[in-house]
Amino acid sequence: MNYQTVIGLEVHLQLKTKTKAFCGCAIDFGKAPNSGTCPVCLGFPGTLPVYNKEALNSAIKVALAFNCQIQEHTKFDRKNYFYPDLPKNYQISQFDLPLSRNGHLIIFDQEHQPKRIGITRIHLEEDAGKLIHEADSSLVDFNRTGIPLLEIVSEPDLNSPQEAFDYLSSLKSILEYLDVSDCDMEKGSLRCDANISLRPQGAKELGVKTELKNMNSFKGVKDALTFEVKRQTELLQAGQNWQQETRLWDVQKGITVSMRSKEGAKDYRYFPDPDLAVFIINTPMISKIKAGLPELPQEKMRRFMRDYSLSEPDAKILVSSKNDARFAEDCINRYPGKDKKNIVNWLIGPLLSEANSRKLELHELDLDKNELINLIGFVQRQEISLLSAKTILTRMIDSRKSAQTLITEGNLLQISDTAQLEQVIAAVIRENEKSVADFKAGKTNALMFLVGQVMKKSAGKANPKVVTDLIKRRLV
Amino acid sequence: MSIDQETVKHIAHLSRIELQPKELEKLSGQLHDILGFIDKISSLDIDKVEPTSHILPISNVLREDTPHVSLSPEKALENAPSRKGEFFSVPKIIE
Ligand SMILES: [Zn+2]
Repeated sequence: MNYQTVIGLEVHLQLKTKTKAFCGCAIDFGKAPNSGTCPVCLGFPGTLPVYNKEALNSAIKVALAFNCQIQEHTKFDRKNYFYPDLPKNYQISQFDLPLSRNGHLIIFDQEHQPKRIGITRIHLEEDAGKLIHEADSSLVDFNRTGIPLLEIVSEPDLNSPQEAFDYLSSLKSILEYLDVSDCDMEKGSLRCDANISLRPQGAKELGVKTELKNMNSFKGVKDALTFEVKRQTELLQAGQNWQQETRLWDVQKGITVSMRSKEGAKDYRYFPDPDLAVFIINTPMISKIKAGLPELPQEKMRRFMRDYSLSEPDAKILVSSKNDARFAEDCINRYPGKDKKNIVNWLIGPLLSEANSRKLELHELDLDKNELINLIGFVQRQEISLLSAKTILTRMIDSRKSAQTLITEGNLLQISDTAQLEQVIAAVIRENEKSVADFKAGKTNALMFLVGQVMKKSAGKANPKVVTDLIKRRLV
Repeated sequence: MSIDQETVKHIAHLSRIELQPKELEKLSGQLHDILGFIDKISSLDIDKVEPTSHILPISNVLREDTPHVSLSPEKALENAPSRKGEFFSVPKIIE
């Protein structure tokens, strides 16, 4: 039987404000343990939390960027539970009146087809402290306690581990454009839990849900989900039943392990936090924040397609990171030619591979953009070959020398001089009688072979176009 | 609305309160009376009353995102029942 995978993701996002959500403690991750706390975030009786204006602004930006409806009346609730990383014994969160609901974002499948993924809600809450478990005790650092968090809950609209990965990438890209969070899973500024279940293809009812935790990269999320799909498929095929449970991803072993939590259904006894007044978020406030939103990846993609006549896949590559998009657009604008496709091919071809091989992002390449454009000019005027140009690009990034200098140093000027080329061609024709005969018999591949031989003999410096013309003229 | 001893036990556990059998019996009775009293509200017509989430008619109380001076770790740890270096130390709990 075929099964359909159903995945929903829950993302916790730390907002990068200067201070915590409910007190003025500065957020600084380099700090010594328990040096960024105060009576409010330590949960002392009689203290009064007041929410951070900047955090609310950032949260509304995020909600709008994900096409959510903003709740006009929104309030904080207390989520009650005991755990040592939570000094108040409750977390300030939102229950029945979250900041926003009913949003969505778009992901693209391998064939570039868009798919809409629903976002159930985005709400405000606060982070807990950090626990370090030792042999016989646990150590608590409350520096992280009270950092503003957003919880972003997706609908169970994701149908494969790859879609979950794409959702997270798209989410991160938008958040980076908004500049509201570091979005670093390894550092914990973005955390993701996943709910996954399988059901027979076409079934309406959802299967038994498993909650996955402890993934610390997007790849980890994808790997954990891939493992779970396989595990649950095998259980279903063996006709086994199982209970809803939470499982932890073990990255070393590449498996998920049941948490075997003995606690039954959670009873958080949410109630409105009497210390915090409600927010009334009116239309003028929303309009003002909306007007201040930056151009988001998909708008930028459409603009690149329209203004620079780029294909959708090319535009998509260039806009996925905000800084790379800025770098690319700067190059595109400096490029004097009319057909921007020329410079874009360089960006998503040689430049991107230079960046990848250096483990850098495009915008981190130490490159004089005007020299890049000079270099492309040499290729277009057929003064150097494309192959040589790629070599020069590598050297240019290593040395910051100009294109002209590097061409001279490398003696890479292309030979377009017919007299010089004729000699090489004559030799090649002499040495490859069979290919010559093949070409005369109408095999076009033979021509390419002959051109290749000339290129080889000239150490890549012959102008292939001129060579092709010359060979044709001789043989036809 | 009535409340049985099992529910009281559950609430006591959630509140991390240990109750003796006698106290359990006494509290169950008292809670039953309190809930009965609160139950009177359901006899009122409150269809036209907006739910109250806060007793004061104030909204949008916010503060600027400017840092204050935090406590020194020494001060923060002053009331800790147990500490280790600059950390609070607690019995080991792994959920
Ligand atoms: Zn504080």
